[in-house]
Amino acid sequence: MDKLRLVYEQTGRARWISHLDAMRTLQRGLNRADVPIKYSEGFNPHALISILMPLSVGTESLYQMADIRVREEVDLAGLPERLTLAMPEGFRFRDVYENGAKPTEMKWLRVRGVWEYDERNPEEMTELCRELFSRPVQVMRKTKRGEGLFTVTEHIRDLRFVPGEKAVTVEALLSCNEPMVNPDLLTAAVAQNAPEASPDGGHFCRLATFKADDTAFR
Amino acid sequence: MDKKLERILPRGQKPARYTGGEYGEIRKDLSGVELRMALCFPDVYEIGMSNTGMRILYRVINDMPGVWCERVFAPWFDMAEEMRKNALPLYALESGDPLSEFDAVGFSLGYEMAYTTVLEMLSLAGIPMHSRDRETLTPLVFAGGSVCCNPEPMAEYFDLMVVGEGEDVDREVLELLRSAKREGWTKKEFLSRAAKIGGIYVPSLYKPEYAPDGTLAGMTALDGAPETVTKRIMTDFENSCFPVDAMVPNTEIVHDRVGLELFRGCIRGCRFCQAGHIYRPVRNRSVEKLLQQGKEALSFSGYQEITLLSLSSSDYRGLNELCDGLMEYCEPRGIGLSLPSLRADNFSMDIMQRVQKVRKSGLTFAPEAGTQRLRDVINKNVTEEDLLRSCATAFRGGWNSVKLYFMLGLPTETDEDVLGIAELADRVVHCWRENAVNKARGLRVTVSTSCFVPKPHTPFQWEPQVSREEYLRRVTLLRENMKAKAVTYNWHDPETSFTEAVLSRGDRRIGALLEEIWRRGGYLESWSEGFALSRWTDSADKLGLDLTFYANRTRPLTELLPWDHINMGVKKRHFIREYEQAHRGCLSPDCRAACSACGANAFLPGGKCDG
Repeated sequence: MDKLRLVYEQTGRARWISHLDAMRTLQRGLNRADVPIKYSEGFNPHALISILMPLSVGTESLYQMADIRVREEVDLAGLPERLTLAMPEGFRFRDVYENGAKPTEMKWLRVRGVWEYDERNPEEMTELCRELFSRPVQVMRKTKRGEGLFTVTEHIRDLRFVPGEKAVTVEALLSCNEPMVNPDLLTAAVAQNAPEASPDGGHFCRLATFKADDTAFR
Repeated sequence: MDKKLERILPRGQKPARYTGGEYGEIRKDLSGVELRMALCFPDVYEIGMSNTGMRILYRVINDMPGVWCERVFAPWFDMAEEMRKNALPLYALESGDPLSEFDAVGFSLGYEMAYTTVLEMLSLAGIPMHSRDRETLTPLVFAGGSVCCNPEPMAEYFDLMVVGEGEDVDREVLELLRSAKREGWTKKEFLSRAAKIGGIYVPSLYKPEYAPDGTLAGMTALDGAPETVTKRIMTDFENSCFPVDAMVPNTEIVHDRVGLELFRGCIRGCRFCQAGHIYRPVRNRSVEKLLQQGKEALSFSGYQEITLLSLSSSDYRGLNELCDGLMEYCEPRGIGLSLPSLRADNFSMDIMQRVQKVRKSGLTFAPEAGTQRLRDVINKNVTEEDLLRSCATAFRGGWNSVKLYFMLGLPTETDEDVLGIAELADRVVHCWRENAVNKARGLRVTVSTSCFVPKPHTPFQWEPQVSREEYLRRVTLLRENMKAKAVTYNWHDPETSFTEAVLSRGDRRIGALLEEIWRRGGYLESWSEGFALSRWTDSADKLGLDLTFYANRTRPLTELLPWDHINMGVKKRHFIREYEQAHRGCLSPDCRAACSACGANAFLPGGKCDG
């Protein structure tokens, strides 16, 4: 036993924890639960933990994954429950297992978002959104290589808008690997291309991940 | 979570500071809560969450049945602006409820530059700032912390102030407030009773009078309030609260580690040091207790680092034994032990080797002054020989970076003393050449100077601060004479030191100045982003206040001082004696070598300190 994959939820107030802080928080939780994490060798040893797909601040996830290296055999029975107890509010561990699939095999991410409209009619907003995304939509996005136009619709599948009370629910499968489509790009696309439908608030939640052949990634 | 807050959060930096929900956070069912307390820290989350006093009081108050204590920190500028724009009042992290709904709003005040932040926090909460404008019993707005040893500058804002250590007094105040609420007392009735609790200062019950020359002429206690308010301390420090289950933040804070409190007070009598005087007498915790607390805190928190807290950790008698015990636990778990505040005189190879086994941290010494003459004046019992011997040991042990801290503008300082700093730095470089085991890695000596701020309740409380121009002249003199390439020189700007000098020895008239500075935007003034000297000078001009009267004036020993009615345990007689010793250039022995009869031992049963 060397490598373990942790699957957990990060919701509620915990969605405001940044990627680096989530790493620290995970490390402390693992220490509290007496999981013997392996440390890197060298001058400044650090715990060997990597989060598969960092969560942007403000987004929730029902399916976060982190790989850790351990120094010795770990009893996996009851470990998710123990980890949940050792973590702050908003973290719930769903599973811990060996032999997780290679991160590069991850391709699709299912997300659900809520767009809030305080004054506007959600039915009308739903229509506007449907119409916008019925054709190719470009969005200005910033990457490490600079700013550029990105055709977001080429990397989205199964996009659905459902009107609700003072809100519209958005569901989609987004490419999460080459290229990585951040769900916030959908919100940006509306703001840039149909500002009249730009929501007053809201956020996204990750639901599940899939391989290129649509089988579950785990 | 409040919808307004959810929408604001993504717009500010580090939103995790504003959400609560940390591991170890205490939440209570409101149906069983009779009294709600907001424990406020007038600085940002990262600073406030690092404060040991906050951790202790959070636990102590939450241990009271029927009382729920929550935390409140100052929002950073971006967040404060958004909160105002969106009419979101300042709230407590645990419940998200606005401060105005609490029964007690208590501020932990550790430094003077936080005063205007208190005003802004009250304003953000929609609570009237002045005590006189809050007519109802609740919210009761009060403060505690080291700066309350001169309560006058903030006197008109707080209903009461806690003098000394808060563990017992806070509980007593809250119990009284609980009775007052149950029985429907007026605020006046409550305050008049609270003033009878030891360690409680009710500013509205004291009336200052001023002489034509602007000095204090008298301070009259009203309505049966005691003439002198004497601080309270935890006499049984061994068994006083240390929260091993303290909360662990979700975001990085300044002191992100377990801090083990070895002792309170200090055996040294450095004449500039306020903490060394106001926390007397010395009270130790046993090695056994500390080991137990350290292990429990590490295991609860999951932290990978532990440090030792005290005013002078190398004076802890059981330090070797403690370090060994901690290392035994830490080493196999990859936990680092770091030692702060080492004195150069008894720094041993032994301890250094123990500490560096896991992780190596920097080496810091504070000789404070450049020549032996001046070190004797300030009673810093460290010789150059001590310092160089410690450095030699460190260099032989493989260390290659040393930080040296000094003050400029100490009483009696001459240019010779200033140049002594450069010479001392050169000798450290020379010592490295002679002792370093691995010269290829080079040496880094960092010399830092700050401007001396005279503080109340110290032998230097009558001393003037040098002017900003004079401080900068000495900085230039030193900079021009700091020749070695391995030495980096940093100096602290004199502007905040000047304002700190005004506040630390200010009287009640400073209150209006603070309000004016706040109106002009003074907030989080210990951060460069929040501080502007022009705000201070413009405000002082408007109010006709002379700031140099407070900062740069030599006070005669006979002058009535604004904090003379506050007894922090050390007698004025002792300060006068030490002041005279300083001007004669004479050292005084530390408390272990000979008791100087400062008076602080009277606080302990049997009158024996350092037990």
